[in-house]
Amino acid sequence: MSSHGENSYYIPHGSYWPIFMSVSLTTLLVGFSLLLNEVPVGQIMMFVGLAMTLFFMFQWFRTVVLESEHGTYNEQVDLSFRWGMFWFIFSEVMFFAAFFGALYYARILSVPWIGGAGSELTTNTQLWAGFESMWPTNGPAELGGDYKIMGAWGLPAINTALLLTSGVTLTIAHHGLLENHRKPLIWGLVATILLGVLFMACQALEYYEAYAHLNLKLSTGVYGSTFFMLTGFHGMHVTIGAIMLTVILFRVLRGHFTPEQHFGFEAVAWYWHFVDVVWLGLFIFVYWL
Amino acid sequence: MKKLISRTVQLSAVVLVALLLTTQFAAAEYGLNMPKGVTQISNEVYRLHMLIFWICVAIAVVVYGAMFWSMMFHRKSRGFKAATFHHSTLVEIVWTVIPFIILIAMAIPAAKTLIAMESTGSSDMTVKITGYQWKWRYEYLDGDAKGVSFFSSLSTPLEQINGDADRNQNPNYLLEVDNALVLPTGKKIRFLLTSSDVIHAWWIPDFAVKKDAVPGFINEMWTVIDTPGVYRGQCAELCGKDHGFMPIVVIAKDEPEYTAWLSQQSDAAIQQAKIELE
Amino acid sequence: MSTATVDDHHDEHPGFFKRWITTTNHKDIGTLYLLFSLLMFFVGGAMAMVIRAELYIPGLQWVEPGFFNSMTTMHALIMIFGAVMPAFTGLANWLIPMMVGGCDMALPRLNNWSFWILPFAFTMLLSTLFMPGGAPAGGWTMYPPLVLQTGNAFPFVIFSIHLMGISSIMGSINVVATILNMRAPGMTLLKMPLFVWTWLITAYLLIATMPVLAGAVTMLLTDKYFATSFFSAAGGGDPVMFQHIFWFFGHPEVYILILPAFGIVSHIIPTFARKPLFGYSSMVYATASIAFLSFIVWAHHMFTVGMPLVGELFFMFSTMLIAVPTGVKVFNWIATMWRGSMTFETPMLFAVGFVIMFTLGGFSGLMLAIAPADFQYHDTYFVVAHFHYVLVPGAVFAIMAAGYFWLPKWTGHMYNETLGKWHFWLSTIFVNLTFFPMHFVGLAGMPRRIPDYSLQFTEFNTMASIGSFGFGLSQLLFAFIVFQTIRGGKKATDQVWEGAEGLEWTLPSPPPAHTFDVPPVIK
Ligand code: HEA
Ligand code: HEA
Ligand code: CUA
Ligand SMILES: [Cu+2]
Repeated sequence: MSSHGENSYYIPHGSYWPIFMSVSLTTLLVGFSLLLNEVPVGQIMMFVGLAMTLFFMFQWFRTVVLESEHGTYNEQVDLSFRWGMFWFIFSEVMFFAAFFGALYYARILSVPWIGGAGSELTTNTQLWAGFESMWPTNGPAELGGDYKIMGAWGLPAINTALLLTSGVTLTIAHHGLLENHRKPLIWGLVATILLGVLFMACQALEYYEAYAHLNLKLSTGVYGSTFFMLTGFHGMHVTIGAIMLTVILFRVLRGHFTPEQHFGFEAVAWYWHFVDVVWLGLFIFVYWL
Repeated sequence: MKKLISRTVQLSAVVLVALLLTTQFAAAEYGLNMPKGVTQISNEVYRLHMLIFWICVAIAVVVYGAMFWSMMFHRKSRGFKAATFHHSTLVEIVWTVIPFIILIAMAIPAAKTLIAMESTGSSDMTVKITGYQWKWRYEYLDGDAKGVSFFSSLSTPLEQINGDADRNQNPNYLLEVDNALVLPTGKKIRFLLTSSDVIHAWWIPDFAVKKDAVPGFINEMWTVIDTPGVYRGQCAELCGKDHGFMPIVVIAKDEPEYTAWLSQQSDAAIQQAKIELE
Repeated sequence: MSTATVDDHHDEHPGFFKRWITTTNHKDIGTLYLLFSLLMFFVGGAMAMVIRAELYIPGLQWVEPGFFNSMTTMHALIMIFGAVMPAFTGLANWLIPMMVGGCDMALPRLNNWSFWILPFAFTMLLSTLFMPGGAPAGGWTMYPPLVLQTGNAFPFVIFSIHLMGISSIMGSINVVATILNMRAPGMTLLKMPLFVWTWLITAYLLIATMPVLAGAVTMLLTDKYFATSFFSAAGGGDPVMFQHIFWFFGHPEVYILILPAFGIVSHIIPTFARKPLFGYSSMVYATASIAFLSFIVWAHHMFTVGMPLVGELFFMFSTMLIAVPTGVKVFNWIATMWRGSMTFETPMLFAVGFVIMFTLGGFSGLMLAIAPADFQYHDTYFVVAHFHYVLVPGAVFAIMAAGYFWLPKWTGHMYNETLGKWHFWLSTIFVNLTFFPMHFVGLAGMPRRIPDYSLQFTEFNTMASIGSFGFGLSQLLFAFIVFQTIRGGKKATDQVWEGAEGLEWTLPSPPPAHTFDVPPVIK
């Protein structure tokens, strides 16, 4: 029963990683909940849960990578992984869609209504007299007080350039892999990671600017809410992407991947491009227009 | 014999379903159906409701009829041999197109009624309604009644609710308030609806008026009441623990009685309301 | 010719715990899902019994209004996310690999994880019953600002929904990968059994909408704890915005709860009519059309929020359109029965009951779609009647039909036919006694989500309560039959049913652990 033939099905043996993952995630989330309820142990529990989650995730992936390197997987498994990654990214797209939806709704509907557009005039005269519809806004109650807008053509434009370039360097690396040229592969990856880290640094700087000098905060009405939630979740995804790229770099250095079989590399590349595209949406709709 | 029994059972099942469907109509007078109401709109809505209902009944008769026929006669126990057909483009097209046409026939009157409901043209008076956890506030915004404003909350005694007193003698159990909203008949009344905390919904079935009271926003609706009377409704959006206990009562009076009521609202009351407003 | 490679040298005979906790076998995981779902059905049902007991007569008898609302909320969340969805996923696990001629699911370890998230998620959700401030009581729709008044339970609810979302998404990814990648040679897409087709489309709906729900509840969380103002006008947001995002998920969700049921019924009716399914390809297209339309009808749940007229018209028309493909399905089932050679074993009884009563629920759905009339129906028991007809004698009956239909295949034993028939007739009588009167009280003006009502509604509520106790007790019979069948009974043949067709019936009953070691070749 253990012929690893070309056309054979492959079923992995039982594994403890899934149940460990569930336990850790639950610890993390219960900890966070307790923290939000101001129960003291919450914080510790949350960090323990986080550490556990990361550790078991790492172990799980390690197992898979090891199996892959032992040639346990065949083309069919490879294809299953591909479909899996593709639909996972699709689900991420829909996650961002919810927040983009909130942004459009606020800009196109709720803010104009509060400002008295169309048949909603009475909303303005009865409840929010004096408020004029505009974007960005922190709402008629001016939540969070006076603030300044995050311009598009400073750091955000630089960030756009960084991410777009990183897309190119990653493609160079991919070509290197396909043509079995290790130099462009390795340096392409290194450049991509560096650009990603640079991006995160700029993003951190930008958040610092926003909080320290612009008085632009998460609590700055619906502008602050959409701004930080969208860029925040995006930043989180860049971070995850950069970590995954680093793992891929180490695997490349160890001689993993062949021009024929390199699902891990491609999956991370897709993910990175997805993060890239989301950023373009952000740049256009959050910063620019 | 066995066959006869099973057939009788099946027939009675058909009859039962038919009965269930028609009781809804037959018992219309006994509070089983949507009330016709006392406004032009509510009557239109009622007619629309009955129209769709009967269309559905008609479709149901055809669909269930074919099904029961086949279940009665096309069974193995009767030695019926299965046919082998499994496809017919023509039939498929027919039963795609016919429902589509039926739907269009429903959509036209529905759209007309909807447009009529949404036409908030010039009105004779405006009342602002604000939802609170768990009561309503009414403010008359213009005309002679301008400045009249009061809260309206449940007046059913707590003892009746928790069973310490007999509730069965109270025909308006849970549907009575301390201060009812008084409105004139024959006037186009515009309502401005909002909330001070969570979402509520203001609903009087007899007017076919239901809309959400959303905090921070004003929703508009209107009605013209044809007949004087007392009309009762309830909050229709979950708003917390006493959502079931914030009824709405409207007393519609014809012109002279309404004016009398207005003058009864002594200056003192108006004054009181004004102070409250501030 | 291919063979299966099973990397299980390490643990040939794992112990009980190890087997069920670490399993990567689709049948084990399917069983876990199904048992979990049965458990949750009873938990959610017990909550419904609390609701019905309180509504038995007017007045407050048993529970506080706040707790009543918690029961409503938890009942719905548990039934939808804990009972019906896991039941379908369990069926998918058991059946899809067998039906497409595969060996197992495409991503078995992920499969294990998808299941083993659920017990944790529901422990979190149920634990809120014991927290200060009580379990969530804002309805399963979780509308702000009301839901933001939830006490300590709030983050627990939000995170448990996140976990359920992760579970559903991972499960669906697995289903899609399995269907697209594990089919036996020759099994082209348009030769796939309908259960597989409906699940493919359901999985797509899940992957597209669960993340949106996750986003929506995340915004609730930040609105409550991190001072954002997505849903507050003071900051430029709008409580109604939540409703739009929620129902963008919520409406496709209701089709997630019914499409696999359509698939199940499309297997059972041809089997007992001994006649091929009528209009196979139109069934596939109808399913796809329903799925497509489900994304553009969401605001029919919000006709009363004060939408602009064009919005109301659009959502009314698009909603009505769904009757067309759904009708095609109903007609196809009837055409399959027409001139068949029918017998009425328990699965067939449930399937026929499904078609009749689901259609009834569909009709009331169509009435709700008529916006001006919905102003009268909205948030009354008429809506409650509608959705219980499509969910209980709809989705739940289909799941039970599937249980009776495939249980002999899974266990190798026949269930007790007499008891099965009793279960069907009791359930059918009581389910109608429970939910039919709700149409009447709804039309007469009884709002939903209230613990007490005015006297005019008494008789029908008492009827509904009696019906619901009867229905609940009848389900004990179901649990009994299932466990009896698992433990023993008459040996089932491989084909089990005279008219059964499909790859799963070519396997032994019960099938071997790894389904098709050698993929069958489909003509
Ligand atoms: C399995 C779940 C399921 C299914 C399948 C459906 C199916 C449908 N639903 Fe339902 N619905 C719910 C679950 C479901 N619903 C739930 C849970 C809620 C409440 C949520 C909450 O608020 O808590 C709800 C609420 C709900 C509302 C909101 C009511 C309100 O709150 O005011 C509306 C309004 O349009 C609606 C419409 C429909 C329609 C048009 C269909 C259609 O798909 C039905 C189509 C079927 C048929 C029409 C019958 C068969 C067709 C024929 C025989 C062809 C010929 C027929 C004609 C031409 C008429 N539903
Ligand atoms: C798949 C989904 C599903 C299912 C299966 C059910 C099943 C049932 N539902 Fe539910 N229900 C919803 C989904 C579902 N419901 C939703 C979405 C809502 C809206 C919530 C909201 O407003 O937010 C709702 C709301 C709802 C209400 C309205 C509450 C309100 O507005 O305040 C009522 C009231 O009667 C009700 C009743 C029932 C009953 C009697 C059953 C029965 O079918 C249950 C039968 C099962 C059992 C009873 C369990 C098995 C037996 C035992 C545990 C043995 C013990 C039995 C006895 C002691 C008798 N449901
Ligand atoms: Cu106010 Cu419900
Ligand atoms: Cu819907």
